[in-house]
Amino acid sequence: MRPFTYERATTPAEAAAAAAHTQGARFIAGGTNLLDLMKLQIETPPHLIDVNGLGLDNIEATEDGGLRIGALVSNTNLAADPRVRRDYGLLARALLAGASGQLRNKATTAGNLLQRTRCPYFYDTAQPCNKRQPGSGCAAIGGFTRQLGVIGTSDACIATHPSDMAVALRALDATVETVRADGATRSIPMADFHRLPGDTPHVETALETGELITSVVLPKPLGGRHIYRKVRDRASYAFALVSVGAVLQPDGTGRVALGGVAHKPWRGEAAESEMPRGANAVVGQLLAGARPTRENAFKITLVERTLASILVEAKG
Amino acid sequence: MQRTPDTGLSRRDLLAAGAVTVAATTAGSSARAEGAAEIAPANEVVVALQTQMQISFTINGTVKELNVDTRTTLLDALREHLHLTGTKKGCDHGQCGACTVMVDGVRINSCLTLAVMHEGDSITTIEGLGQPGELHPMQAAFVSRDGYQCGYCTPGQICSAVAVLNEIEAGVPSHVTGDLTAAPEASVDELRERMSGNICRCGAYSNIIDAISDVSRSPA
Repeated sequence: MRPFTYERATTPAEAAAAAAHTQGARFIAGGTNLLDLMKLQIETPPHLIDVNGLGLDNIEATEDGGLRIGALVSNTNLAADPRVRRDYGLLARALLAGASGQLRNKATTAGNLLQRTRCPYFYDTAQPCNKRQPGSGCAAIGGFTRQLGVIGTSDACIATHPSDMAVALRALDATVETVRADGATRSIPMADFHRLPGDTPHVETALETGELITSVVLPKPLGGRHIYRKVRDRASYAFALVSVGAVLQPDGTGRVALGGVAHKPWRGEAAESEMPRGANAVVGQLLAGARPTRENAFKITLVERTLASILVEAKG
Repeated sequence: MQRTPDTGLSRRDLLAAGAVTVAATTAGSSARAEGAAEIAPANEVVVALQTQMQISFTINGTVKELNVDTRTTLLDALREHLHLTGTKKGCDHGQCGACTVMVDGVRINSCLTLAVMHEGDSITTIEGLGQPGELHPMQAAFVSRDGYQCGYCTPGQICSAVAVLNEIEAGVPSHVTGDLTAAPEASVDELRERMSGNICRCGAYSNIIDAISDVSRSPA
């Protein structure tokens, strides 16, 4: 790790102002991803702002029947909350499919959204990577691509977003609440929170410099069957090859979002109108325009079969 | 432990002292390299001081105060500063679980957290769970079930296992919990899933699960 200075923030606005004040400063909450990257010198912040003392670790009911999840609520506590288990099973299932018990105990709601890709070329500092070092090129393109993106990719980056939780939040139409350095607050829909790589793959979210996530808001419960199915190389503690999160209603309608295929949780509301016609019709539209490589073209078929198995399970 | 003849230092002391020297050298040269044009000599001292911090936390029931480089992980603070070498460094990247300890009763990877982030916390390591002659029931079960071979992952496995039973008791669900709204049980499938963050290269997994099952079935 490179040397860094460290401070403990006491209010969200103070933390945001401190981050805007020091170039390259990073917030640290759970630290499970940031410290890993700092050890590899992929992240080299000169200053860390510890946000664990901000009191953002509660889950509260909202006026319109939803939940406001504090940015610092751990993945374990979010998945274990009785309201989440009862009304937002998709979110609980997605959280529990990710990482290990130790990591979920430290990883936070906001940090999970902000975790970086696990593209092996992003992690290998001997390789060019436009995300790690803008303008250096992409070693993944033409490289080993089995785990990498199949849709929404660009000539600069084919990395995927690794979060399971974010897939559930996208399907549930969550919004991300933030505070900026000047104290102004805003709400960002999950659909707009993560960006496609384009020619600036190092810019991964809609957040501005110093902007701090304070909470994530879930709308009122949707009802229906909540199913999250993650397909991976081992049964536990592995990132997804593909994952499919779905909320399915008794009348055959529903929502579906995908993980492991793109630079952001992948959802297409138009494709969901095909739900009564089956998985083939939905995925045909949802992944239209996909540009898989020879090594990862299997993901298209895998998504379709995973959704098909979910639709069967929902009927049973 | 082997002592070097001239200094009376153990090999571990010597390595730790060497590491501190290297860290200080790196910090100094980096501050100069990055801020040479802007930072006056007086400020350079301030920069160096800000990367050292005083912290206080409770380890296995005893309050400890340390002065550490901000980069020091909780794992390195335990092993190199407090000489509690029961907690092991395996991968140092949160992938193997050998460094698992409990902070305020919750299991975490001590390699992926900074010591300075634990001001005022209460930390339990394998040394705090039990000692020879007064083993924790989980330690005794690992011995009786032969839940290890080389033993390197064992402290992490045992800390994790103790916390797993607490998590099940507290109603925390897992990936394999059938009904999310029901209380989870300490079934073999549940234990296997919940222990997946602790890797055992010797492959003692089945005996580890037997040991945890023994403790979960015994009256509290």
